Amino acid sequence: MSKNELLQLVEDSVQMKEFPKFKAGDTITVTYKIKEGEKERQQKYQGVVLQRVGSGPTETFTVRKISGNVGVERIFPIASPFIEEIVVNKVGVVRRARIFYFRNLRGKKARIKEKRM
Amino acid sequence: MSGLLGKKIGMTSIYDENGKNIPCTVIEAGPCVVTQVRTKEKDGYDAIQLAFEDRKEKHTNKAMKGHFAKAKTSPKRYVAEFSRFEEKKQHGDILDVNVFIEGEYIDVVGTSKGKGFQGVVKRYNFKGVNDATHGQHNRMRAPGSIGASSYPSRVFKGMRMAGRMGGNRVKLINLQVMKIIPEKNLLVVKGAVPGPNNSLVIIERWS
Repeated sequence: MSKNELLQLVEDSVQMKEFPKFKAGDTITVTYKIKEGEKERQQKYQGVVLQRVGSGPTETFTVRKISGNVGVERIFPIASPFIEEIVVNKVGVVRRARIFYFRNLRGKKARIKEKRM
Repeated sequence: MSGLLGKKIGMTSIYDENGKNIPCTVIEAGPCVVTQVRTKEKDGYDAIQLAFEDRKEKHTNKAMKGHFAKAKTSPKRYVAEFSRFEEKKQHGDILDVNVFIEGEYIDVVGTSKGKGFQGVVKRYNFKGVNDATHGQHNRMRAPGSIGASSYPSRVFKGMRMAGRMGGNRVKLINLQVMKIIPEKNLLVVKGAVPGPNNSLVIIERWS
C-alpha cells in the first residue's frame, strides 16, 4: 500500500540525516548524544543490526551487542535528532531481513559471515 | 463550540525541539462551507451549519441539492452545526484550517473502529480467570458470576457482558495541535484519534 500524499507531506517535514546503507547482519557503530542534566556528551554503541522496521521518519532499527556476557538490544528511531553518526564496520552475509535466530546463538556460533569488499 | 469537520488521514511521528518523538495524527480539516445560519430570533439559538467533502450530484437528493444551491456550493457529504466563532459567519462562507491556532488544545470526535462481537476481557477489561490450574479449564476469559441466587435472584440491568464492541461515537478531549499546514488544510494533532483512516472526524474548539 502506498502512503497517502498528505501523510507523506507531513513526514517530509521531518529532518532526516544521511546515513550509509546498512541492513540486518551488518555490524555498525552508532554515535549518539546523551543528556546528563545540563551536559551533553556523545556515546558509541557497536553491535549487529537485527532488523529495520517501518519507513520514512518512523523507521527504526535494532542493534544487538553482548555487554559483559549479557545481550543488550537497543532500538533507534532513524530520524532521531540524537543520532550523530552511523558507521558500517562489517557487511554481513545473511539470508533474512530480520535475524532473530541470532539471539539464540552464543560464542563461536554467533558469528556472521563477512562480505568481501 | 467552534470547530470544523475533517477527515482522518493517518498517523506518523514528528520530533519536537528537544528531540522528543511525538506520535501524531494527520487530519485534513476543511475547507467547510456555511450552509445555514441559525439565529436566536428564528431558531431560538445561534449556530452555523458547516458542510464538508464533495459528494456526487447523482447521489444527492433534490432536497439536499436545493439546500446546497442556496449556499452556492456543490453538494457535500457531511453537515454539522457549530457555534461561537470569533467573527460572525455569513451563509456561503468558506472556513479553512486557519480557525485553529498552533499549540492550542482541541477535542476530536470520531466513530471508533468496529471490533465485532467481543468477550468481556477485551470489551470491559475484565481480568478473566488468572490461573490455568487450580481446577480451571476452558474458562480463562470467562466473566465469572453475573448475579447471586436467592437475592437478587435476577441479573441487574446493564450488567457488563459480551457483545458488539466498537463503532461508537468517541470524543477525545484536550489534544494538542502540533502543526498546521494551511496550503493543504492539514492539522497535525498529538496522539491518536478514534476511527479508521479516511473517516469523518469532528474537530471541536472550545477556547
